[in-house]
Amino acid sequence: MGVAVRLSGISKRFGNFAANSNISLSIEEGTIHALVGENGAGKSTLTKIIYGMLQPSEGEVSIQGKPVNFTSPRDAINAGIGMVHQHFMLIPSLSAAENIMLGDEHAGMFQRLPLKEIKASIQQHALEFGLAVDPEAMVENLSVGEEQRVEILKLLFRNASIMIFDEPTAVLTPSETEHLFATLRTLRDKGKTIILITHKLDEVLAVADTISVMRKGEITGTMQAASTTKPELAQMMVGRSVLLRVTNPPPSPGETVLDIKNLDFCTANGERKLHNLTLKVKAGEIYGIAGVEGNGQSELLQALYGLLPAGTSLVGEASVKGESLIGKKPSEITLMGVSLTPENRLKHAVILNYTVSGNLLFGRHRERSFHRGIGFNSDVLNRYTNQMIADYDIKCSTPATQPLSSLSGGNQQKIVLARELNRPNISLLILAQPTRGIDIGAIETIHNKIIEARNKGIAILLISSELEEIIALSTRIGCMYKGAIVYEFTPEEVVLKKNSEHEFKKEIGIHIT
Amino acid sequence: MHRKTAQLLIPLLSIMSALAVSTLIILIAGRDPIMIFEKMFQGTLGSAYGTGQVLFRTTTLILVGLSVALPFQVKLFNIGAEGQLQMGAFAAAMTGAMLPPTLPSLSAISLCVVAAMGAGTCWAILAGVLKVRFGVNEVISTIMLNFIAQGLTGYLLTYHFAVPSTVHTSPVIDAAIIPSLYSVTGFFAKSPANFSTLLSPCVALLFWVILFKSRFGFEMRATGLQPEAARYGGINAGMHTLTAMGIGGAAAGLGAANILLGYKHYYEAGMTGGIGFTGIAVALLAGAHPLWIMLSALFFGLLEYGGLTVNAYIPKDIFMIIEAITILLVISFSALGKRIQQ
Repeated sequence: MGVAVRLSGISKRFGNFAANSNISLSIEEGTIHALVGENGAGKSTLTKIIYGMLQPSEGEVSIQGKPVNFTSPRDAINAGIGMVHQHFMLIPSLSAAENIMLGDEHAGMFQRLPLKEIKASIQQHALEFGLAVDPEAMVENLSVGEEQRVEILKLLFRNASIMIFDEPTAVLTPSETEHLFATLRTLRDKGKTIILITHKLDEVLAVADTISVMRKGEITGTMQAASTTKPELAQMMVGRSVLLRVTNPPPSPGETVLDIKNLDFCTANGERKLHNLTLKVKAGEIYGIAGVEGNGQSELLQALYGLLPAGTSLVGEASVKGESLIGKKPSEITLMGVSLTPENRLKHAVILNYTVSGNLLFGRHRERSFHRGIGFNSDVLNRYTNQMIADYDIKCSTPATQPLSSLSGGNQQKIVLARELNRPNISLLILAQPTRGIDIGAIETIHNKIIEARNKGIAILLISSELEEIIALSTRIGCMYKGAIVYEFTPEEVVLKKNSEHEFKKEIGIHIT
Repeated sequence: MHRKTAQLLIPLLSIMSALAVSTLIILIAGRDPIMIFEKMFQGTLGSAYGTGQVLFRTTTLILVGLSVALPFQVKLFNIGAEGQLQMGAFAAAMTGAMLPPTLPSLSAISLCVVAAMGAGTCWAILAGVLKVRFGVNEVISTIMLNFIAQGLTGYLLTYHFAVPSTVHTSPVIDAAIIPSLYSVTGFFAKSPANFSTLLSPCVALLFWVILFKSRFGFEMRATGLQPEAARYGGINAGMHTLTAMGIGGAAAGLGAANILLGYKHYYEAGMTGGIGFTGIAVALLAGAHPLWIMLSALFFGLLEYGGLTVNAYIPKDIFMIIEAITILLVISFSALGKRIQQ
């Protein structure tokens, strides 16, 4: 087998910042080659260079032995490179077949589209690679897994021989992930070259042949998947040894803080998103909700934090320390000692253009202690900002002037947590996807802070689609499926089953699908 | 640092290129650009009267610029400054004409100014209510409200309040007239510049404090930047939509007071002459920043009056073109600037 992609001495600079420096790498034909690294390590930049979206400042790319100089993705596509982006590039109102041929219609401007031939070729690819999709179906009616299959079919339709996958499992359920991996292996066996970008180490070890680790714009090592281990990879990614499992001392739960009884949630167009949901969270415990996204987690959050969209009907009861949450506004709920870190951090938890200290204040700006005159007390604010930066190891240079958008995702999330965990008189903390898209190093800090909060006697409701995280942190685990808690693991069961994590994950997986 | 310089450089570059383009247009029109610019300078900043005229126009432009800028910070595009001006001017004229002539000046002026601001506020808040309650896009509603204001004032003027055989109302009482700077200080040679000119920078400063130094502005800007995050942060976004529009309308009302109480002293058909629309350009050029608006208003004030002074040498239409080109260049340049920064 030859070399599919060879990078020699690739550097890419944005101003003074080197996103990639002096990267040399050979990707063998017919292999699955994974690129792992933390956010900001330069994985995306490197793949964008291979895909022609960026041009390297220095260095050379060659494809199948031929030096190339791509100026746009169009060149890369012509050279047989395809990419499945993290956010799919599909048009919802067109059918699967129409999406697949879009941009490569095999027909002149005013000619009839050869739909029949295209459908036949899709069927053939589908059969060959296990990519079952109905070509007639509208993309808007497809599941996420099916949408991804359409994206892969698109590449096959264009005869791509090198396929780049950017975080392909981020949106998939455990069984869809298995399915995708099977497809990737088939593709490899048929001679395709797969470049897989991810930060999930378990998955890399499960599916890749070769792994390259990136850190701070450089490749810190390339090795065979069979001859490496997860702790080794983690250390190469972060640059120091990392605790993959946070120390979780036994909890001592107190009285019930959050009490949800028979909660029903109906959207404006009549969809029932929560069915008789019942759960209790006690002080000093972490209640983990495991579940695939879209099973009512977002609606539960909306219901608990007074953010119901117009036209929603909500039946049932949810109370904190006996006081009902239903019908209250977010500002009132905050005053009851409830704090929330929302699922979508960038959209809901921060103001990207505000400064670091402005974001530490945002949402807590009604607290009297920060006030002076009609504005804010900058002394108090500075003291608080510096305290949080020190406590949470937030990396930023000038918190009073630096916009939040200039920080990495991990540091942004630390700011949100610092702000929410330190609210005065907090009794319930709702955490939704607290470590999504965050580096291993930062996850460690965040998990420790969550445990610390629990030890202080705060009741914590943890919603996460990462089973590992749920297992590592939770006192009790509720399995959420189609808007209800269908199964609950007791604290004893959790402690017991934790010892064989893989089995435990499988067992949870059965309850949530 | 990089951002700051770009923020300064982009408006400057766009003004420079606008000047270059206008030079070209003047050349094409067969006139001597140097002579035109010279005349323009003599007619405006080169004379006391011209300076006063420029200041008078700048004052209105600062105030209408602010009326566009504040909603802009909440991501509302207020096209309705013209209508708010008309309503404000009409309300001030009506109030001023109906007041008892014996009223002391301070109360007369205050009452008229409050009437102007109130009318501007009401007109702007209407668009806000339509947005918050019914989801009507504020661009559409403010444009429609402009037509309604035009029609309403026109009808009331023609059929009810015009002095017979004229197109204006009866003048306000003498006590309601805002004294001109000339009448008190002797400067600015009988130009319409009046005491509103001193007020307008204070209003700009006040807007700056509200936006960037107060808790209210902290919430308001957050609402504009990320409305959904603001909801999560417990901020009442609808309230901020209404207040931003309302305060903006009040500023437009003040602008109307400058024209009516400081200059015309009666309401006349077409007296606002589209200055409300120029206010949009003022706000855009300043990036909706209350302090920069003062400079941007000065620039447009110069251009507006400068165009009039060289009317004999070159059509005023040329200066309309220059203004419009400047706005287009600003928008294109700021888009370009964003791309460079990325």
